[in-house]
Amino acid sequence: MPKVKPHRTSPSLDMTPMVDLAFLLVTFFMLTTQFRPDEAVVVDPPSSTSDFKAPDSDILTLAVDAKKRVFWGYDKAPIKDATLRAVATKYGVTFTEAQIKQFSLLPNFGVPIQQLGSYLDKDTEQRKALNPTLPGIPYDSLNNQMMDWVIEARKANARLFQKPTYLAIKGDGNADVGTVQKVIKELQEKDINRFNLVTSLEMKPSYIGK
Amino acid sequence: MSEIQAKDTGGGKGGKKRAKKMSTKIDMTPMVDLAFLLLTFFMLTTTFAKPNVMQLTMPVKDKNIKPDEETQIKASQAVTIILAPDDKVFYYFGLNKPEDKSVPVPEIKVTNFSATGIRQVLLARMKQEPAPIVLIKPYNVGDKTAKYKNMVDILDEMNITNQQKYALVDIAKTDVDLIKKQNLL
Repeated sequence: MPKVKPHRTSPSLDMTPMVDLAFLLVTFFMLTTQFRPDEAVVVDPPSSTSDFKAPDSDILTLAVDAKKRVFWGYDKAPIKDATLRAVATKYGVTFTEAQIKQFSLLPNFGVPIQQLGSYLDKDTEQRKALNPTLPGIPYDSLNNQMMDWVIEARKANARLFQKPTYLAIKGDGNADVGTVQKVIKELQEKDINRFNLVTSLEMKPSYIGK
Repeated sequence: MSEIQAKDTGGGKGGKKRAKKMSTKIDMTPMVDLAFLLLTFFMLTTTFAKPNVMQLTMPVKDKNIKPDEETQIKASQAVTIILAPDDKVFYYFGLNKPEDKSVPVPEIKVTNFSATGIRQVLLARMKQEPAPIVLIKPYNVGDKTAKYKNMVDILDEMNITNQQKYALVDIAKTDVDLIKKQNLL
């Protein structure tokens, strides 16, 4: 007589609860995902073989596009809040709390401070429509708002979080070198000498004759 | 496991071989297990892709240095690369000092950014002169100007050919005049 009785019926599992759970999860995520707010300008950076990664946080991004416009962006909301307040007092412009809140949610912007209030009051769709016509942040020597934004952001980050700010320059491939050089020179005037140029990855050449 | 459930005929016509009636039913449990395992693994391990950056360090602008005291570069080591509009690259070896008669006037040559262009020029130069000092000058006169893409490409070539000393400087009027004299633009 065999020790183990040969098993005749195989176990069967009812999969219904698992499918229920899968659909529940999908529905939950469908209803609660929020999209990231759109960037004001889409810049197409050139490619390079550099494989250094961008730092994790505390990045101040200056985007330069082909039309010589400069956009300022920062990745932390409390810094944007503090910076806006500081620059606003410097230029004598006031912002409501709602506008400040809206500003700290935008990834970047490109308007002179005098027009920033009305820009913040608009809703997402209107801003998206306006973005191609924005003038960018002024950076000429008479009205150098760009440097004020950069300096106040670095001060705010040092004061609030005691951390250094990394400067990233995201230039469009077709932007002219003169504009980028001008931006770099103005930053050098304020003793900022280390930059990260954002590029897309390119394969290193396989053989370099030596 | 996929199993073929065989219906036990039992009984029936004794002894005679008879085709067994079989039904195939595939049990999907392992596949679903694997799907969830993969999902959980990726949920826990993915990180957002960070953009690649190229680091650029400019020298400290010391406002107290007078132009005469700046480091003089030896003519044998100097290589000047001029980024011209339309993705062209001009280069010359040695120094360009028209006011100094003892310095020979350099000849500007034209190349491009392809793999047989400026990269080969630099590698060939490094065989003769192992430690060149490269001066990168973007052309920026009036409407005609080099693109940012050219600047990134040349910095990239510096990395690829492993240059130790290079600097991004403004183009001098003497260089613009030389280009005009040699009818390149």
